[in-house]
Amino acid sequence: MATFDQGDDSVVVIIGSGAGGGTLANELAQKGIKVVVLEAGAVQSNASFVNDEWKSFSQLAWLDPRTTSGTWRVAKDFSGLPAWICKTVGGTTTHWAGASLRLQEHEFRTKSFYGEISGANLMDWPLTLAELEPYYARAEDKMGVTRTNGIPGLPGNNNFKVLYAGATKLGYKEVHTGNMAINSQPRDDRGRCMQLGFCFQGCKSGAKWSTLYTELPKAEKTGNMDLRPESHVSRIEHDAAGKVTGVVYFDKAGQEQRQKARIVCVAGNSIETPRLLLLSASNLFKDGLANSSGQVGRNYMRHMTGSVYGVFKNPVHMYKGTTMAGIVRDEARHDTKRGFAGGYELETLSLGIPFMAAFLNPGGWGAEFAWYMDNYTHMAGMWIVGEDMPRETNRVTLNANVKDKWGNAAPNVHFDDHANDIAMREHAFTQGERIYQAAGSIKAFRTPPYPSTHNLGTCRMGASAASSVCNAYGQTHDIKNLFISDGSQFTTGGAENPTLTIVTLAIRQAEYIAGQMSARAI
Amino acid sequence: MRVIPIQASVTSFVSAGSGCDEVSGEVPKLDLPLARRQFLKGSGILMGTIATGSVLAALAPSPVWAVELKTLSKAEGQTLMKMGRVLFPHKKLADAVYALLAKDLDAKASGDPAAASMLRDGIAALNAAAGGSFAKASDKKKLEIVSAMEGQPFFATVRGQCVTSLYDNDMAYATFGYPGSAWEKGGYITRGFQDLKWLPAPSAAASPKPYFG
Repeated sequence: MATFDQGDDSVVVIIGSGAGGGTLANELAQKGIKVVVLEAGAVQSNASFVNDEWKSFSQLAWLDPRTTSGTWRVAKDFSGLPAWICKTVGGTTTHWAGASLRLQEHEFRTKSFYGEISGANLMDWPLTLAELEPYYARAEDKMGVTRTNGIPGLPGNNNFKVLYAGATKLGYKEVHTGNMAINSQPRDDRGRCMQLGFCFQGCKSGAKWSTLYTELPKAEKTGNMDLRPESHVSRIEHDAAGKVTGVVYFDKAGQEQRQKARIVCVAGNSIETPRLLLLSASNLFKDGLANSSGQVGRNYMRHMTGSVYGVFKNPVHMYKGTTMAGIVRDEARHDTKRGFAGGYELETLSLGIPFMAAFLNPGGWGAEFAWYMDNYTHMAGMWIVGEDMPRETNRVTLNANVKDKWGNAAPNVHFDDHANDIAMREHAFTQGERIYQAAGSIKAFRTPPYPSTHNLGTCRMGASAASSVCNAYGQTHDIKNLFISDGSQFTTGGAENPTLTIVTLAIRQAEYIAGQMSARAI
Repeated sequence: MRVIPIQASVTSFVSAGSGCDEVSGEVPKLDLPLARRQFLKGSGILMGTIATGSVLAALAPSPVWAVELKTLSKAEGQTLMKMGRVLFPHKKLADAVYALLAKDLDAKASGDPAAASMLRDGIAALNAAAGGSFAKASDKKKLEIVSAMEGQPFFATVRGQCVTSLYDNDMAYATFGYPGSAWEKGGYITRGFQDLKWLPAPSAAASPKPYFG
């Protein structure tokens, strides 16, 4: 691996090594650009991952102090854990389930398409689906997404069989094993899925795409990447002209270090990214970096989510095989006859006994709860993921009363469901229950949202510097050599799992950065 | 997942033939000259037996289990076990699993005097509400008492501890039919991930055949 000097101000510093940061690092390195990747977490591997929910959670999850506020149920059930995302090399691509869906055309222009929705800060993306399509294609090829590039779909497990039977009986048409970045056959030097059932715990077989064992080793081979794990960035620095000059970080030993940079790209996921911009406030940028619009940290989205678990007379054993084993896409359309704007996807989901106990009904107890646990082997599960409304008041701020171990203010995540989110969740819960009833369920349970896995929008892109943080390339309007390289860029959330779009934007951003560098524009 | 903390050094002294003549009817009085010395360092011991026909019999090194408490008394431990059963009433889940709840709460109490007094006060409140002994109260009464405590820190602590103590151990896995780690067994690709036969099979387009080279 390359080692670049800390005083080398020709490097691109990337903060974070997940879907955004890890992809960007490889794309830039392949173009001959020197990158230093600072990752807060430690290195794991397929060998060190464990098929054990709690052990894996402590191995991978981001557990630095965070606080919550607002009326969302997560604030009550998991007040110190607003999000279930990762602090490890590869970021949340170690934990993600692999669903890789393109956003729909209208989801890039929700303000024009949905019209004004009270209490929602809708805005059109400064991008169209057509502009992104070639990059989506590259992302799908890179990640080996099933049902693209001639890659067959995955074989459906028992959990999928239940979803399929119920959904098709109800008349749903688009029901299949999904577009998954999980090898259905060997590809890109990785084997095919062994149906382990521990997608969330880091894929031990490596069949699921993760930057940990795809983008990052490929970047390393170029000799252009210096990856530094256990390096927690606490501040981005700038010069008197307002250009960023480098970053300050704490290394493994807790020693403060400084890395100079020509360009800084922030990809810390949508809580840490705005937090870092806010923590970097200075005399010149009193409200934090790239925040002249006041939008840094705002419009925090987490997708409208929920789960339905159905219990059947006959056994299902949903834990066998791929966690997200199939999808129903019919409700992803925008159709206000249902009583809300936007749409949602239904995707199978399974938890083991330890996490079922923790997440089925947080805070729950008693005979009904015990009954569901008793019927674990007869249970099928699905997750609901839909577009939630961006709101200026849903935001990440600094909580001066709570400090992390380096003495920096912890992030507070405030969220209130919009009426549209609530109406959509109600609809989705009902449809989920109907699917399981159609497949013969005895009873079904409406599980409230888990801590957020899809954190989006806190540094949104937009056409105007007055109302957004970055442009269509993730370049901040205020500081030309500062980029947002993760899901924080999303203007709105769409109904689809966001990773494919994050990777797509990173590929496009890399091209732009390389172009700007060779044109000496940055 | 953790493995049952029944130490061989303890269980090897326990004879399966011990009586169950203590007041509660479930803690065997044992004649354990050597083990007792070791136990006496603690504040209480919870013991019981695992039914021979149970799915757990194969997991346990002995049909008799024992869990040592460091801070709470045996009676306090038993009360917590009973409360655990009210919160998460699983007929099939052995007492040995509920004893893990008592053990984990005891560990909490041992490291933190404030937690110890909160737990002791909570246990005393359970007993007071039952007019003496919560453990001896009827199931209906127990449920009433526990329900009335919802929202209190003691309730939240015990309920929260149940989530990991009761459900993240090999006995719970066996009881609920969850096999846990799949990696060392080669996953489920050849072990029944599609073995559900009571519903029509999905179309080949929706769910292509698995790849086997």
